[in-house]
Amino acid sequence: MHLILFLIFAGFCLAGAINLLLQTHPINSALSLIVVMSSLAVLYLLLGAEFLAAAQIIVYAGAIMVLFTFVVMLLNVGTEEKTHGSKVAKAIGFPAVVVVLGVIATTLLQAQKQLGRVSLGDSVTTTQDLSRVLFHELLLPFELTSVLILVAILGAVALAQKEGA
Amino acid sequence: MIPSSWYLILSAVLFSLGVIGFLIKRTLITVFMSIELMLNAVNLSFVTFAHEWHAVKGQIFVFFVMVVAAAEAAVGLAIIIAVYRSRSTLNVDQIDLMKL
Repeated sequence: MHLILFLIFAGFCLAGAINLLLQTHPINSALSLIVVMSSLAVLYLLLGAEFLAAAQIIVYAGAIMVLFTFVVMLLNVGTEEKTHGSKVAKAIGFPAVVVVLGVIATTLLQAQKQLGRVSLGDSVTTTQDLSRVLFHELLLPFELTSVLILVAILGAVALAQKEGA
Repeated sequence: MIPSSWYLILSAVLFSLGVIGFLIKRTLITVFMSIELMLNAVNLSFVTFAHEWHAVKGQIFVFFVMVVAAAEAAVGLAIIIAVYRSRSTLNVDQIDLMKL
């Protein structure tokens, strides 16, 4: 059961991410990113993180992606123009990506025996456990994020304002 | 029962796809979307390790990453709107100068 669910939603994730790269219109990329984020929420549920699964749907697939699609529609962005791009990015970037992925994958495969296994329903972190740590030990960082968001709102309003308005 | 390294490899692959998207995409908004994809990939490995070691703090870290990502998306999209106003284009090849 777990294996099937993992394979289906990991497949959705990868398909969405590859589709994001292949699509030329930004709105199609945004929609495939929503698929990636929603399937990631299911993977969080499989890992027993129920609060994060809900937050992933509400914050990422909901709020952030609505903002993205809103900006794509507001600016009326057209299809991507094909250009050559940076030669440096091609010469150094792609080998670097392959090397990083290779190093991570080999490290993980070597450490596979020390890493445990995941099965459905073991060690579910409830919202209660999460909030107990969040509101006792980490109360100050939590309150600081509210200041961060306030500054971000003010910054966004100031930046998006018409000049001279 | 599946090994938790599968989740970690999925996270690594998603991160690499995000980096490739950052390199090949030519529209500012899709470049920004690739950054969001990378953030999500890292979140997946945080949740996997939190499950692995039964550590609640790993999940709290993901929560903070989400908060910062939301703030970042708001400010980033406002910057994109400001860039579009001053240059009337979102092609990254045409907005490579700080000066107008």
